Amino acid sequence: MQIALFTIFGLLAVIAALNMLLQRHPINSALSLVVVMMSLAVLYWSLGAEFLAAAQIIVYAGAVMVLFVFVVMLLNAGEEQRTKGSKIASIAGFPGAAAIFCLLTFIFLKNRAALGNTQLSGLYNGAESNLTRIAHALFTNLLLPFEVTSVLVLVAILGAVVLARKEL
Amino acid sequence: MVPTSYYLILGAVLFCIGIASFLIRRNIITIFMSIELMLNAVNLTFVAFAHMWGQVAGQIFVFFVMVVAAAEAAVGLAIIIALFRVRQTLNVDQVNLLKN
Amino acid sequence: MIHLSAFQIFLLLTVLKIAVVLVITLTAVAYTVLLERKVLGRMQNRWGPSRVGPFGLLQPLADGIKLFLKEDLMPLAVERPLFVAAPVIALACALISISMVPFGAETTYQGVDLFQIANINVGLLIILGVTSIGVYGIALSGWSSNNKYSLFGSLRSTAQVISYELALGLSLVGVILRAGSLSLRDIVNSQSAHGARSWNIFGGLQIVGFFIYLMAAYAETNRSPFDLPEAESELVAGYHTEYSSMKFAMFFMAEYANMITVACVATLLFFGGASSPFGHLTDHLFATGFIHAVLPIFWFVFKVFSFILLYIWVRATLPRFRYDQLMGFGWKFLLPLAMVNILATALVLAFRS
Repeated sequence: MQIALFTIFGLLAVIAALNMLLQRHPINSALSLVVVMMSLAVLYWSLGAEFLAAAQIIVYAGAVMVLFVFVVMLLNAGEEQRTKGSKIASIAGFPGAAAIFCLLTFIFLKNRAALGNTQLSGLYNGAESNLTRIAHALFTNLLLPFEVTSVLVLVAILGAVVLARKEL
Repeated sequence: MVPTSYYLILGAVLFCIGIASFLIRRNIITIFMSIELMLNAVNLTFVAFAHMWGQVAGQIFVFFVMVVAAAEAAVGLAIIIALFRVRQTLNVDQVNLLKN
Repeated sequence: MIHLSAFQIFLLLTVLKIAVVLVITLTAVAYTVLLERKVLGRMQNRWGPSRVGPFGLLQPLADGIKLFLKEDLMPLAVERPLFVAAPVIALACALISISMVPFGAETTYQGVDLFQIANINVGLLIILGVTSIGVYGIALSGWSSNNKYSLFGSLRSTAQVISYELALGLSLVGVILRAGSLSLRDIVNSQSAHGARSWNIFGGLQIVGFFIYLMAAYAETNRSPFDLPEAESELVAGYHTEYSSMKFAMFFMAEYANMITVACVATLLFFGGASSPFGHLTDHLFATGFIHAVLPIFWFVFKVFSFILLYIWVRATLPRFRYDQLMGFGWKFLLPLAMVNILATALVLAFRS
């Protein structure tokens, strides 16, 4: 059951991410990213994080990416031109990315046994739901960081309003 | 039953696609989107580790990352709009006034 | 009799439930259109549709046939894949959220709840999430149509929906605080103790929350008086100007399905869902199986129906808002009011416990 979920949505995420990389038009890239985010939401759910799955859909897919699509529509961004790009990107970047990927995969596979297995049990163990635990931690031990993020969001709103004004 | 390492590898794959996209693409909006992709990949890793240890700390970290990403998207897109008003382009290669 | 395993029974019953709910919802959508035309007609002192069938009851069928048989135009300048995908996204998102709605009292058969497709412990959040995904349908349809009016309509609509989503989400926090759960079944159960007295809107003192939800829901579903995205007199037809035939019908159905979903959510959160307004007073009259199981569904449908009538009534009464009024109303009035509502509810709950 879980392996099927993982295979389907993991593959979907990778394919959509590659599509985002290869599409020329920003709106197609944005929609591919939405697909990645929704498949990740399913994977979060399969890892027993149902609150995060819902938050991922509401915040990322429903708000942040809508904002991206909105800006693409507003600025009427067309297909991007193929330019050569910076040399450093192609010389150091791709081998670097590939090296990071190989390194991470090697480490994860080597420590496979130590990392253990995941079970599709988050929803059904029932004792204390994931929501209650997150809420408890957020509003007791981590109250200060929580309030600080609210200030951060306020600053971001003000910054966005100031930046997007006509007369800058 | 899926080994935790598979989730971590999936996160690594998505992260590296994000890096590649960040380097290849020339449209500033798409570059911004690849940053979001990388953040998402890291979030998946956090959730996988949270599940592995049976603790919610990792999930709370993801929660904070989401909040920061939302704030970042609002400010970043406002900057992009302001930039577009001044330069009439979204191509990062043409935003090089400081260079010349 | 073939013996089925528990999982097979679960699968079979779930597929059956999905099919039944889908058919009923789509029929309800068709007849909501008729109801709207009829009631609107009477409110404007005319008959409304009256020719097809007795009292015009077959009008939805005729409309359906007409839309099926129309030519499916595909303008040359459209962005083809997105143009086709947009109505599908809109309709699918409108229909998905109905799967979380509990229609009747909890009635289990072989461990499967008969009157709810999926009982998820974050059901309310999923509904909010699916609703917010629905914006893509409108945004993409406007953009891919390659038409000024469509683009304006969809830009307006996106901005409107994102703005009012905040007020909508915050207006529900009071209800969640009172129920202490995000599962829709638990929220309904928290209001079913003493009939109408314990409903959130009366006993729960969530009338302010309900008011905010009502306003935000009109805006979310792009209904009058907030129907700027498809303002006929300004934007031709807004985001679906370029659509014809079944693609147009899908947008149309999505709009009405959204209306029904919003009505269902309002019923569940503020009017006690499927619980009777008389509480347990009438329980001894209908203690027997069938009526006991069906009566809650009757109450649920009755409440949803009243809510839809309210929708139509408002459409017949109020003129359209201006765009700046709409934004000002959402951000400067509803949002602060919702926050005050949360504070007040939290304080009351804290002092009571």
